[in-house]
Amino acid sequence: MELDPVLLARIQFAFTISFHIIFPAFTIGLSAFIAVLLMLWMRSGEEKFHRLARFWTKIFAVSFAMGVVSGIVLSYQFGTNWSRFSEFTGNVIGPLIGYEVLTAFYLEATFLGILLFGWNRFPPWLITLSAVLVAIGTAISAFWILAANSWMQTPAGHEIRNGIAFPVSWWEIIFNPSFPYRLAHMLNAAYLTTAVVVLAVGARYLRAGRHPEESRTMLRMAVGMIFVTAPLQLVIGDMHGLNTLKHQPAKVAAMEGHWDGSKAGALVLFGVPDEKARKNHYEIAIPNAGSVILTHTWEGKYPGLTSFPEKDWPPVANVFFAFRIMVGIGMLLIAVGLWGAFLWLRGRLFESRLFLRSVSQMWSLGFIAILAGWFVTEQGRQPWVVQGLMRTADATSPVPGASVAGTLALFVFIYGIVFSMGIYYINRLIKGPKGEVSEVPEGLPNRPLSAAEEAAREATGRPRGSGSGFSLGTPKE
Amino acid sequence: MEEHLPLIWATLIGVAVAMYVILDGFDLGIAILFPFARKEEDRDVMMNSVAPFWDGNETWLVLGGAGLWVAFPTAYAVIMPAFYLPVIGMLLALVLRGVSFEFRWVAKPSHRMWDVAFAGGSMVAAFLQGVILGGLLQGVEVVNRQYAGGPFDWLTPFSIFVGLAVVAGYALLGATWLVMRTSGPVQEFGRSTAVPLLVTVIGAMAVVSLWTPLAVDRIAARWFSTPNILYLWPVPLVTALVAYMIFRWLRRGDEVKPFVGSVVLFLLGYLGLVISTVPYLVPPHLTFWDTAAAPASQFFLLVGTVFLLPLILGYTAFVYWMFRGKIGPGEGYH
Repeated sequence: MELDPVLLARIQFAFTISFHIIFPAFTIGLSAFIAVLLMLWMRSGEEKFHRLARFWTKIFAVSFAMGVVSGIVLSYQFGTNWSRFSEFTGNVIGPLIGYEVLTAFYLEATFLGILLFGWNRFPPWLITLSAVLVAIGTAISAFWILAANSWMQTPAGHEIRNGIAFPVSWWEIIFNPSFPYRLAHMLNAAYLTTAVVVLAVGARYLRAGRHPEESRTMLRMAVGMIFVTAPLQLVIGDMHGLNTLKHQPAKVAAMEGHWDGSKAGALVLFGVPDEKARKNHYEIAIPNAGSVILTHTWEGKYPGLTSFPEKDWPPVANVFFAFRIMVGIGMLLIAVGLWGAFLWLRGRLFESRLFLRSVSQMWSLGFIAILAGWFVTEQGRQPWVVQGLMRTADATSPVPGASVAGTLALFVFIYGIVFSMGIYYINRLIKGPKGEVSEVPEGLPNRPLSAAEEAAREATGRPRGSGSGFSLGTPKE
Repeated sequence: MEEHLPLIWATLIGVAVAMYVILDGFDLGIAILFPFARKEEDRDVMMNSVAPFWDGNETWLVLGGAGLWVAFPTAYAVIMPAFYLPVIGMLLALVLRGVSFEFRWVAKPSHRMWDVAFAGGSMVAAFLQGVILGGLLQGVEVVNRQYAGGPFDWLTPFSIFVGLAVVAGYALLGATWLVMRTSGPVQEFGRSTAVPLLVTVIGAMAVVSLWTPLAVDRIAARWFSTPNILYLWPVPLVTALVAYMIFRWLRRGDEVKPFVGSVVLFLLGYLGLVISTVPYLVPPHLTFWDTAAAPASQFFLLVGTVFLLPLILGYTAFVYWMFRGKIGPGEGYH
């Protein structure tokens, strides 16, 4: 079998970037959460905020490490796998990545050192400041990388000379038409996803009767966050969709499973798109609802897939299903937010066994929705790597298929080990291993301190900022 | 201004690569020495001595890669496919050693696997960085501004030799870092390994210095033609002098000077490589003038860099200063 280097390069990139995005999405949200906890602690002096911040910092450390190492890979993969793309876009989106490194990566990486290793060394204000700087760094990073990605979706502010893109207006390049929506959608997704994880962990602890005070705080903060961000995500997503309809109508046609643009669009709840037959099988649809959502009129028309030549179609079924997974999870999370808020109002948030049991299983939902969302937007852009300007097939490196296949196998093998172990360790940090008094010496992920020393520190009554002897990962039984 | 942009960017990327080689050099070096430490506690101290810094250190590698893409997209688009396998191998090795910093502590007491990943990943990463360097020095096949060679062009006895030399060089930086930042048995370990490493590194530098002009005419012409030789003869002499000083400082029991000397030694070796290759980014075909990005793009990022780079250097120095002082045995950062 002939190895298709384009397909292999796409699979390799999809694989590495899918693994990567999980961690920055989580660390964007988690760093903000930790920063908020530390600020609450500084203001109120309540120890529970301090304990929560330290607990989540351990999990943050493991996630951040995985995000960093998988991110370094990407900054080189543009060149190794997509050298023609790199040359074509270098003048325009290269500087955006450069600014990401200079404004975000150093800030995060440098102050992370203080946040992880400074707990008992430095005053609380410096730890809090570092957490705030790390959180700001992660958001700035999202700003630049999404500006670059959005330019690939809706290029603007450039001109093409000799087959290479040149900048004309930096403002238009950065604030290209889809960027504000994509940035808002992704940042909100990160905060929502993290809130769901915090909710699940809080519910698990509360159900197990461990750390009741901290778990209640987690539940309240998470429910409040989900109640706001989940519906907000629907609003942003709707605006984002309208923007996509304007600039990338073929993507929207695939998302909606909309084939014939001469008729009003239905809202397809379920179906199996068939590119050959140009229709959906087993379709369950609400007539005209698609038009109402996308054009805000009953009979509004918008392009269907048959309005475009077939060579410009994205892979319809992938985009169609991924979109439904994302929206389905979004709806479910809106329901969770409403349910939680309702229980809170009735004073039963911590008592409803059904609620606690349900949400304790939900930790992964946000991540799945984020991945599905990226599948929609990236596969929906196909067959273009830069919408309308460069086809993915013309973007690859002059590298033999065998090299790409071999390294892809290595990526699968090594990422498989690293990430399954990473998730296992995070889970263990949350659960705490059986039979041990303290799973990790209190406070930071890598402090080789014995419990005795910890007790001694406790006895000498070090001020706040030193270990409290409390670990959220510690089983009480 | 416009005509100087490529030179300014070549200098900036040169600085970023030098920062990377020195900063990640010592933390990779510590991992290379990891298996040779005798006791578990010693390994803990070794890892703790670099744990707060490694992430920031590795960011220079990202800046080097991203900077190359921004300022010299054609060079980036040629070098990455040319060194496809070693680049991806290096990245995967860095993945393994990077996560080990966190996983090793979380996995305790069953952390053997992450000891191996930490040391093995660092050795492979260092080795492949040297291989890429050696491959670049030999030259890269370019036709029509694209890479035109095969997947294994980089694999030669010379590139393997440079790879091993870089492993030894990083190990020397790591050993002298331990002399500076630790005490007791770990410091002793650093001191006793630094001497044979120093001898190895000097030997390797001498071999590379002779091998490159013999193998590549362009490099021979650069060093040995007049009037160049009149200006360049002090470089090897100063290098030898610095090596001797490091040796004496180690013997005398100095703690900080051996590390500083090793950094200077690295910079001298780096200077030698720069002299050999300037103005090529992809020897022997593409110079930094040939591969420069649009002036508007180079300028746009330069404006930010002028303000941000001093800021970055400032807070990097601040964090190093905050974590100053020795780490005793059995002690972490807290």
